Order: sequence, then C-alpha cells, then structure tokens
Amino acid sequence: MKFSRQLMIALALLCCAGQPAHADEMLIVRSAQNFEDAMSTLQAAIKDQGYKVTKVQRVDVGLEAKGYKTDRYRVVFYGKPGEVEALAAQHPDLVPYLPLSVAIFAEEGNTILTTARPNLLKQFYPDPALKPVFERWEKDLEKIFDTVRETK
Amino acid sequence: MKLIRNVLVLLLSCAAPALAAPDGAKLFAQNCAACHGENGTGGIGVPLSLPSFQATVDDHYLVRTIRLGRPGRVMPAFTQFKDDEVAAIVQHLRSWYHGKIPHYDNKPVRGNAQHGAALFAKNCAACHGQQAEGGHGTGVTLSRPRDLPIMAPSLHNAGFLAAASDAMIKHTLVTGRDGTPMVAFSKKGLKDQDLNDIVAFLRSLEQKSPAPSATVLSTDAAILAMDSPYDLKTTIENVRKAVSSNNFVLIREQALNSGLVADDKEDQTQHIIYFCNFGLLNKALATDPRVGLFLPCRITVVERGGKVRMLAVNPKRLSRIFNNAELNEMCDQVTKMYTAIMEEASL
Ligand code: HEC
Ligand code: HEC
Repeated sequence: MKFSRQLMIALALLCCAGQPAHADEMLIVRSAQNFEDAMSTLQAAIKDQGYKVTKVQRVDVGLEAKGYKTDRYRVVFYGKPGEVEALAAQHPDLVPYLPLSVAIFAEEGNTILTTARPNLLKQFYPDPALKPVFERWEKDLEKIFDTVRETK
Repeated sequence: MKLIRNVLVLLLSCAAPALAAPDGAKLFAQNCAACHGENGTGGIGVPLSLPSFQATVDDHYLVRTIRLGRPGRVMPAFTQFKDDEVAAIVQHLRSWYHGKIPHYDNKPVRGNAQHGAALFAKNCAACHGQQAEGGHGTGVTLSRPRDLPIMAPSLHNAGFLAAASDAMIKHTLVTGRDGTPMVAFSKKGLKDQDLNDIVAFLRSLEQKSPAPSATVLSTDAAILAMDSPYDLKTTIENVRKAVSSNNFVLIREQALNSGLVADDKEDQTQHIIYFCNFGLLNKALATDPRVGLFLPCRITVVERGGKVRMLAVNPKRLSRIFNNAELNEMCDQVTKMYTAIMEEASL
C-alpha cells in the first residue's frame, strides 16, 4: 500500500512534463583553477570551438561600485559571427536569448561556471530548422565546459 | 581452436571500449561536483562523503534521489541518465565509504502522526522548519562561509519522501548524522514509539499538496514581447524612460551583433538596452548565484519591415530551470517589471 503510493508519487514526479526542473536544462561545473585562470581557460575554450567572446559583463565591479560586497562575478557573452545575425533575421523571437552566455564566479579558491543548456531552447523554439543549431551549440558547450573542468 | 580463441579475444578487446561501463567518477565530476564538491565534501546540499550519511542511506535512496531530485530545492532531477549511469554514480559515491551499507525493507512504520506532529514542532522545526520545508538559503550562496552549519534538508519534499523508506527515516533519527547538526534522537530522550510517531507524521506530509517552498512556477512562454506603436528611435527613448521610472538604472546599450562585426557594420535595428536594480541583483545573487546568467536585465528593441517590437526573456519561465523555490517570487517580480516597462514604453 505504502509502497504503491510512493511509486505513484515517483511516477507523478517523473511524468508531469516540466514539473520538476530537469538537470538537462542547466550545466554547472566547478573548476579547480582560481577565478583569473578559469576565466582565461573559458575564453580560450570558447575560441577553440569557433566562437567569439563579444563582451564580459563585470557584475562584481558594478555591485561594488554601488557599495555591495561580492566575490568575483562575471558574465561572458559569446557567439559566432554571421550566425547570430542570420538567426536573428530568420527567427526574431530568438533574439532575447542571443548571444549565448556563461556566468562565472569565484567559489573560494575554485571557480564555478554555469549556463542554461542550449537544448533547453528546443522546448522554447520547436521549429525543426533550429534543432540542429541548438544541438551543435550543446555539443560545443559541453566541450567548452569539459575543457574548463579538466584544466588544472 | 587456439586461433579462433585468439581472434575472439582480439575482437572482444576491440569491442570493449564501446561496451565500457559508464565512468561514475567522470559523471559525478560533470554533473554533481559543482554543488556537492569534488570529493563529496559538500558545498551546497549535504556532504555526500560523510560516513554517517552513507551509513544511514541505502542504494535505492541514492538512485531515487538522483532520479527525482528535490523539486524546488535546487537538487535537480537527473532524468536523462541511463540506469547503468545512475548505478555508476552511486558506485562512485560508495567508493568514499568503507563501512556497512544498510538495506531497508518497505514496511511502513506505524505511529500516531498527530503526536508525531507535536514532537516535530518541539524537536525538529527549529532546524527543518515549521512545515518541514528545510533550512533557508538552500545553501546556494555558493561562496558562503564554510564554517556555517550544514543546512537542514527539506523533509516534506516529494522527492525526499518518494526516495526515503520509513525504515531509513527512522534509522536516521536513531543514529543521527555524526559530524552534522543532526543529532541521534534516541539519545535525546525520545522513546522508540515517539520516533515511530514522527516517521508517521513525516509520511503523512506526502498527502498534502506541495507547499510553496517545493513548487516550481509554471508558464510556457519563453519570451515576453510587445509591439510598439512608435518608430525605433522613439521606442528606444521610451524604454529608457520606463526603465528609470521602474527603479532600474541604465547600464549600457549595444547592437545585437556588437563585438561580432566591425563597429561600422553593427545592425542598429536590433538594439539591446541593459539595465539593473542593484539592490534586487544583490538579493538575487545571494539567494542563488546562478541567476546571474540572465543578468543584467535586458530589453531588445527590434525593427523589421517598419514594425517595432520589444522583446525580453521570460524570467518566470526560466525560474524553473534553477529548481529553487526561493527564486520564484523574485522571478515573478522581474517578469512583472519587464511587462510594466514594455507597457509603459508603448503607451
Ligand atoms: C540542530 C538542527 C537539527 C535538528 C534539531 C534536527 N535536524 Fe534533522 N537534519 C539536520 C541536518 C543539518 C541534516 C543533514 C545532515 C547531513 O548532512 O547528512 C539533517 C538530516 C535529517 C534527515 C535526513 C534527510 C536527508 O535528506 O538526508 C532526516 C530524516 C531528519 N534530519 C529528520 C529530523 C527530525 C525528525 C528531527 C526531530 C526529531 C530532526 N531532524 C532534528 C539538522 C537538524
Ligand atoms: C545545482 C546543485 C546540485 C547539483 C548539480 C546536484 N545536487 Fe544533489 N543536492 C543539492 C541540494 C541543495 C541538496 C539538498 C536538498 C535540500 O536541502 O532539501 C542535494 C541533495 C542530494 C542528496 C540527498 C542527500 C541526503 O542527505 O539525503 C543526494 C544523494 C544528492 N544530492 C546526490 C547528487 C548527485 C549524485 C548529483 C549528480 C548526479 C547531484 N546531487 C547534483 C544540490 C545539487
């Protein structure tokens, strides 16, 4: 009786589409490097995958200027020249999610990097033409995060 | 004969990499270490390598916890793994532990849930919360000082209750978790029947609908968008004004393809306006530093074929991916602010 109830709840948890957050929607990794080193590893890995870093938002600097205490915190924006513009032209609704970004912040001597999985966008934009694009981004991003995680 | 065997061995050895068992250590490093620490010593959530933790949980509990996560409590549900991948992760967790692994049956523990509720209020609520919702902060201020006590987990959480057997919960109450604030209640004057009553109370929470601390906001729209009756230049100017009147500060503006092309090739018909409310930003990052991903706040004004539109991500939809109920209210608030700014700009 009890067991079947537990099972039911487990099933309910697994089935209600979208109810619990799925791990497949976020990527979060820890780098053993300090913030500066992890930041250069990240930027190099982004370039290695053929993307360009378009901007680094210095969230920590902004916060400190307003008198808030914070550890190192930046958001790195990146994209492929040509691709971002082409997508924005063909799929204007995609614009708020462009360019791509990774949040990077200090965690004591380590560094944490986090981002939404590009595959999440498949749910948002079911257009079949976009599927291969999101899947390629996903693969590239996994490589970028693996590099950051493995670089000591 | 010998040849055939050699050929077989050779073939098998070639096939081996393809058949290789999943690498639990690697899966843990990729999917868990960011929160639970490289060696399971903690960070967010409870330290998984502690012998006193390992001694109270069976493998079934670990498998189910990985599968179901803890809705609204940051711990994600890993639905995408294959069964052998989950098994490999569990094996990796167990490699930190050399003691006896418990096995529990599914026999319900019988007790008086009402009496259990009273005992809970007296003995447990101080740490686990009045509604068993767990300690606050979800431990997600990743850079929080390490000398803080480990945060008490949520016990009314559907993910926890579906993973934990009555016997496991009871065993945890009897032995506590050495090295954490969770003490052994058998040594705190609670009798065996009292412990049963508490277990019955916790189990009864399964029938209640999830409390706000264990829910995820639901909305389907990935973006917020609004047409503007004005031209591009006027709309941009209106958004700037609306941003200020909604207590945000303008941070910077740029073309969508800025940084990707030479300055003179930038497309000014896709114009990003970044803004921030630093008090809110500070609060959001203290609650869960991962939200910085969608910051600073941003509205993009786009002109196409003479029509002007304002677009933003929908924070309410995005709150779900963080699986942190403590963010729900803030995400809802920012969604409302985005909408207010766009409405004001198109007035
Ligand atoms: C002083 C604070 C404190 C008190 C009081 C307390 N707990 Fe805990 N409890 C914790 C912490 C912290 C943990 C996590 C321990 C760990 O890291 O493994 C925990 C873990 C647990 C767990 C295991 C849950 C899980 O997800 O691992 C159960 C069950 C539990 N407590 C039940 C109770 C009950 C029932 C009471 C009252 C009889 C109680 N606790 C009193 C702090 C407390
Ligand atoms: C985004 C952060 C995050 C990630 C990633 C994560 N966890 Fe957790 N985990 C948590 C939090 C937070 C809790 C405690 C939930 C609570 O307080 O109610 C937790 C709880 C747990 C528990 C229950 C512990 C107990 O005392 O009962 C287990 C087991 C666990 N996680 C294993 C894993 C494994 C294995 C992975 C990788 C496959 C993983 N977690 C990935 C944050 C995370």
